[in-house]
Amino acid sequence: MVVVGADTTESIKTIEFAKAFPDRLFQLGIAEPNMISVAAGLAAAGKIPFAATYSVFGSAHTYNVIRQNVAYTNLNVKIFCSHAGLTVGPDGATHQINEDIALMRGIPRMTVLVPADGPETAKCVDAAGAMKGPVYCRFSRTNVPTVTSAEDGFAIGKARVLRDGFDVTLIGCGIMVARCLEAAATLERERISARVINLSTVKPLDLATIDRAARETGGIVTAEEHTVVHGIGAAVASAIAANHPVPIAMVGVQDVFGESGEAEELLHKYGLTAEKIVEGAHDVLKRRDR
Amino acid sequence: MVEVSEQLIAGLKKKAVTLRKHIIRMTHNAQSGHPGGSMSACDIVTALYFHILRVDPSNPTWPDRDRFVLSKGHACPVWYAALAERGFFPVEELMTFRKLNSRLQGHPELGTTPGVENAAGAEGQGLSFSVGLALAARMDHKAWRTYCVLGDGEQDVGQTWEAAMAASKYGLDSLTAFIDRNGIQQEGRTEDIMPLEPLAEKWEAFNWHVLTIDGHDFRQILAAIEEAHRTRGRPTAVIARTVKGKGVSFMENKIKYHGAATSDDELKLALAELEAMEAAF
Ligand SMILES: Cc1ncc(C[n+]2csc(CCOP(=O)(O)OP(=O)(O)O)c2C)c(N)n1
Ligand SMILES: [Mg+2]
Repeated sequence: MVVVGADTTESIKTIEFAKAFPDRLFQLGIAEPNMISVAAGLAAAGKIPFAATYSVFGSAHTYNVIRQNVAYTNLNVKIFCSHAGLTVGPDGATHQINEDIALMRGIPRMTVLVPADGPETAKCVDAAGAMKGPVYCRFSRTNVPTVTSAEDGFAIGKARVLRDGFDVTLIGCGIMVARCLEAAATLERERISARVINLSTVKPLDLATIDRAARETGGIVTAEEHTVVHGIGAAVASAIAANHPVPIAMVGVQDVFGESGEAEELLHKYGLTAEKIVEGAHDVLKRRDR
Repeated sequence: MVEVSEQLIAGLKKKAVTLRKHIIRMTHNAQSGHPGGSMSACDIVTALYFHILRVDPSNPTWPDRDRFVLSKGHACPVWYAALAERGFFPVEELMTFRKLNSRLQGHPELGTTPGVENAAGAEGQGLSFSVGLALAARMDHKAWRTYCVLGDGEQDVGQTWEAAMAASKYGLDSLTAFIDRNGIQQEGRTEDIMPLEPLAEKWEAFNWHVLTIDGHDFRQILAAIEEAHRTRGRPTAVIARTVKGKGVSFMENKIKYHGAATSDDELKLALAELEAMEAAF
């Protein structure tokens, strides 16, 4: 395993790897396209490179390099990016990438991971390193409550049901998983039983778990710290449309850019809250019962 | 060389201290942002906005204005401070920097902030944007000039050199690039992260007219701009040797203050130092 970095190794903590293995981290400066192709070269010669930086630079900024040098060539490069989504906060729209899941899941052969918390991020690192082929994994800078535990099973391609329920299913990824659980608790007080699924693998999608949720609960709400254009909402919608169509509501960024502000303020302003997930559930139930 | 009066220099020095105070207050108030690179570019930005640029604060989109492009967008506190002091928007608005619903975004946004000419945040796009501006000025037979400020960390970015080639291909002599050579990028010294030297020779090899100056000496800054104006057929790169965090002793040359605001105690110390400097004029 080797790591390549782009002047952000301290803030995303890959510097810790360099402390243990000083000759296995390559600091390539503010040159992300170069970083990705260097990683591809390392992979072609048998190394397992982890390329890590902020999500906006590790995805959108380097998109065609990833497409050609990593995915098309089917190389064993693992792109792990922090600082995804609105919760980057005061840096503003330039740094708040809400389109990376869309970009990455559109690339053939790419595995796309969005862990819900710290323990799950660690499992993503292990699982990505153990599999062959390109991986993109995105997570946020902000503090998140821990919703999984070290003992929970984890496998790429398997969505995990965190809470069972029968009236509606809430499917979230990343920081929105905790908010789905919060919404489920609110719904329970209203005597609505909500299933909660942690969709930490966005691609390949766990069709069986999603199909079962559609059949058994009859309605779905998705929640992501990402645009609803081609994010997990769109992925789930096309899966259920092809198998067992049920009403769906999508909580996420509504095709707009973010702005400067504190993480919580932004989540509130852009509607990425447990309340919006609850509203989405009400909406789905209303449409289903019509 | 044109005469530069003592009075002009004293006025610019004083203005630069005012801008530095704004930078410290804005980033402290936001408890985030990038004071170091704002302070290192401060004297260049001051010279441009308070002596060189033909701009009209009451008409920010005046078509014949000179264009200032901040490629290293994270240093926008210095830009916002200069624009406010120049009258593009109220000075009080500076305290909304990085807050929700503010016109002063954490990185510059074109069309939102009066006087801001380019969107930046991802490093390395500003010089290309400046090439586009300079090409348009030439097409329209306009006399306005384009000034672009880049970080030395941006010399890592491949696109900077793509722009450098395009600018010399088209002989864009209305374009002047300032390279804020403070020797530090986000997490270390440039020569450790990605060695840049010999930097002047690189720009020369890309067929630019190259000057190396002390980026905190107003006489040298103004003389360099004068020479750029006189230079025909080639763009000018001014490699400005600067100190990151310049103006506040405990921030100078400290990697930490690339992207860290001052604490409450540091704020007091920093403002006291700057006020003492101001009082000396
Ligand atoms: C493409 C890109 N990669 C990474 C970053 C994160 N980043 C922000 S500022 C910075 C360092 C900038 O150094 P420099 O250009 O020297 O700026 P200055 O010292 O003048 O503040 C980095 C790596 C970025 N903004 N853009
Ligand atoms: Mg620098």
